[in-house]
Amino acid sequence: MSASVSDSIVAELVDVAKNVVRMCERAGADAAEVLVRDGSELTVKIRMGQPELVQEAGSRAVGLRVFKDGRRAVTYTSDLRSRSLESFVAESVALAALAEPDEHGRLPDPDELARELPELDLYDDAVARVDAAWAMKQCIAGEKAALGFDKRVTNSEGATWSRTVGATAFATSGGFAGGYRGSYASFYVEPLCDDPTDPANPKKRNGYWWTADRFLERLDDPEAIGTEAARRTVATLGSKKIATQECPVVFDPEVGRSIVGTVFSVANGSAFWRKSTYMLDREGTEVASKLVTIVDDPLIPRAPGSRPFDGDGLPTRKNMLVKDGVLQTVLCDVYSARKLGRKSTGSAGRGVGGNPGPTTSNLILSAGTGTRAELLKDTGRGLYVTSMMGFGFNPVTGDFSRGAQGFWIEDGELTFPVSEITVSCNFDELLKRIDRIAGDLDMRSSTACATFRVSHMTVAGTSG
Amino acid sequence: MPTTVPPELTAPFAPGGEASIDATIAQRLISIALESGGDAADLYFEFRVTADYALQEEQVKTVGRGVTLGLGVRVTKGDATGYAYTEDLAWEKMAHAARIAGQIASGGGAAQPVAAHPVALPDFYPVARPSLLAAPTDKLELLRAADRAARAYDPRIVKVEASFVEQIKEILVFTSDGKMARDVLPLMRFGVSAVAEQGGKRQSGSSGGGGRYGLDYFAQAEKDAAAHGREAARVALAMLDAREAPAGEMTVVLGPGDSGILLHEAVGHGLEADFNRKETSNYSGQIGKPVASPLCTVVDDGTIGSSRGSINVDDEGNPGRRNVLIENGILVGYMHDRLSAKHYGISPSGNGRRESFRSMPLPRMTNTLLLAGPHSHDEIVGSVKRGVYAKRFSGGQVNISNGDFVFSLTESYLIEDGKLTAPLKGVNLIGNGPEVLRKVDMLGNDYQLSDGIWTCGKDGQSVPVGVGTPSVRIASITVGGTQA
Repeated sequence: MSASVSDSIVAELVDVAKNVVRMCERAGADAAEVLVRDGSELTVKIRMGQPELVQEAGSRAVGLRVFKDGRRAVTYTSDLRSRSLESFVAESVALAALAEPDEHGRLPDPDELARELPELDLYDDAVARVDAAWAMKQCIAGEKAALGFDKRVTNSEGATWSRTVGATAFATSGGFAGGYRGSYASFYVEPLCDDPTDPANPKKRNGYWWTADRFLERLDDPEAIGTEAARRTVATLGSKKIATQECPVVFDPEVGRSIVGTVFSVANGSAFWRKSTYMLDREGTEVASKLVTIVDDPLIPRAPGSRPFDGDGLPTRKNMLVKDGVLQTVLCDVYSARKLGRKSTGSAGRGVGGNPGPTTSNLILSAGTGTRAELLKDTGRGLYVTSMMGFGFNPVTGDFSRGAQGFWIEDGELTFPVSEITVSCNFDELLKRIDRIAGDLDMRSSTACATFRVSHMTVAGTSG
Repeated sequence: MPTTVPPELTAPFAPGGEASIDATIAQRLISIALESGGDAADLYFEFRVTADYALQEEQVKTVGRGVTLGLGVRVTKGDATGYAYTEDLAWEKMAHAARIAGQIASGGGAAQPVAAHPVALPDFYPVARPSLLAAPTDKLELLRAADRAARAYDPRIVKVEASFVEQIKEILVFTSDGKMARDVLPLMRFGVSAVAEQGGKRQSGSSGGGGRYGLDYFAQAEKDAAAHGREAARVALAMLDAREAPAGEMTVVLGPGDSGILLHEAVGHGLEADFNRKETSNYSGQIGKPVASPLCTVVDDGTIGSSRGSINVDDEGNPGRRNVLIENGILVGYMHDRLSAKHYGISPSGNGRRESFRSMPLPRMTNTLLLAGPHSHDEIVGSVKRGVYAKRFSGGQVNISNGDFVFSLTESYLIEDGKLTAPLKGVNLIGNGPEVLRKVDMLGNDYQLSDGIWTCGKDGQSVPVGVGTPSVRIASITVGGTQA
């Protein structure tokens, strides 16, 4: 079953969105915005050579935001029978009366809206044409490579190939109408080892590796993924705690990207007007070390986070968040920009069931130079972090504490694996202590970075 | 069907609905699903109406509403699952989904579905009137009451946000072995957050609750909207004086109630039988062995009245149950869905849950509890020379394979010479599930069920859960502060 999304399907969805806008206006709305999402998914998972899951389905949903007398309601439905839709629209308009008027909560000014949409090459029909049998072959090959890598790989949490393809259409009574299609495929392998190091508490060690892209031909080979997953898993055998101490901490891009994402969580218009960020009023000042430059760029062709227009219907653009350590601007949607008395940065994201809000597109910590090995050599002694756990971040104070796993660095090389420790320091300090960034930028996901080092953090582990 | 629901909130697939599904239609669909040779199949019809109200800057700025309707079809062949869903309940769409799901099987004789008969169900959440039916203005007033109470608590409270989310979900399950179950699940959640500011320092605090209640939730002692507003303000103010938390191994006392989140992470997930069936959990093969201190008895209980994690029936048609997992420190059982129960040759435990019709069921927790012990709260705190007292949490995470888990404290205090002293900044605890449970050396007689705020994520699926625990003393665990 092909899940192809043709240009005519996109055009049809734009028409649906426009029709629902008119339906809202007929039902008495002063203005309306309508988002239509149509997508399909395929997930194939095998485990120990046997099929475990084949899931395949398509879905479509409509999200509305209706305005009436300066008040607004946000609603969604997946029940698209025309009669249901008519009554749903009427209910939505009635619902708006319950809200209180909000002078900032109105449609974008017409001259802000996107007129021409850039072609960003976000859709690959080859992804849509993949069938379950082909995906299963990838899974079998990837898992087999992992199990064959080392005899200590004795079990597997499986190999998973999945894709989503779909189209997004958006129309507003302010005059915007547009749509685009996209594809995304990913492949994961998750091997497992028994770790008998502590006979009193036998453990298992898991690891994973992955590839993902909008374009099928750009995915890595399944064997390469399986092998790398196994290598990473075997390397964690015998993981142990280390003593509590202050030391340099090097972040693998696999975890570094969550730190880059955390910068956005405190540097966006919504957090600013709600005063729920320690970065408040810091624009134009140093918020990170001089090595740190962070851009949000939605216009990179084929990139995972690219988009031709934003959730308000505004044109998207490249925004510089942090340049040489100085906070330049924060990402805003129309609402948060108005609350702050400024213009939107074209960064609105919108789900089917919610208000728009600032989001990232491709958020990238600019790469430095040199290899990871050179960075480790320069570090000499410290902690290399490959995964983090938990939610220990308070955006209001910047307190940051996460569970971590990784390797101890001694004489500039990774030595033994480390687990069951935490890394902590105030986030403001963390960003200012970034003292080296390597050149190995990893662009597989929409938040991206290279390997980087924080000069010192508190590592909590054993006492004494 | 326990709760009485008016027509506008009744599922289209319910009797008398415009897409009414009866046992005959279900049997035809299951026959199609099994055509390619599947061992078993089930149908999961779901209709969900949600509403949400949010207050910011002393104003209710947005109201929202959503409707979700669909059917998920699952076919299993051995340990393999085929899954498909549709949001359109027209016959040909449902039949197509059944066929797609059935493709997991190839060859073999087609199993014949057994005629469906309704499963007798208990009623753990009788709601006289679902909150969705109450006047919306009553809900707006709840938000305003919380806002007023938080602001009135102290002039240093500079910002308050409040939200109310409610839903009613109707499910209808048919299985190829003849089960038919219908349930209506109400769920509401109220939350308040406050920011306090003093001398350039800011801190936040929050409070919330809910469960399978109507607006009667707010009539309970200390659970009215204003009480949540005051509590959010109290936490924010208390944290203004917070100091850097210590780093390293030390004694930690967990307060009663929400600390159950530690249990949920430290042992709960590891005892979900899918991980053990696949031998990917560090609890695999440990049944009958000591995995915790003899003080610990851990139960997963889907039958607690009105609790957020309670279920009359799971999403595979098996009634919700109380299951003992660890008894006096000995591992006695796992939580099962149909696939794992079949693997272990036992009856399902009522833990087969799913986020929605778009997802296959997995073994999941309901309300996970550590039962009360012999010690008083004061005795426990009084026994600690220097340590940390954990009171409020923002969540946790576990690595199933090696048992390492973290959980994040949002309100905690230093214990010095048996007394709570300075409040501590946000900090994580990190430990290893079995090791930490073996280090439980005092257990309180002050058991509390958490208020209904917790949501559990697994394989990308979120389900509402409950936790409960008495005060717990852990002899030693790593505290992830910054003061080495």
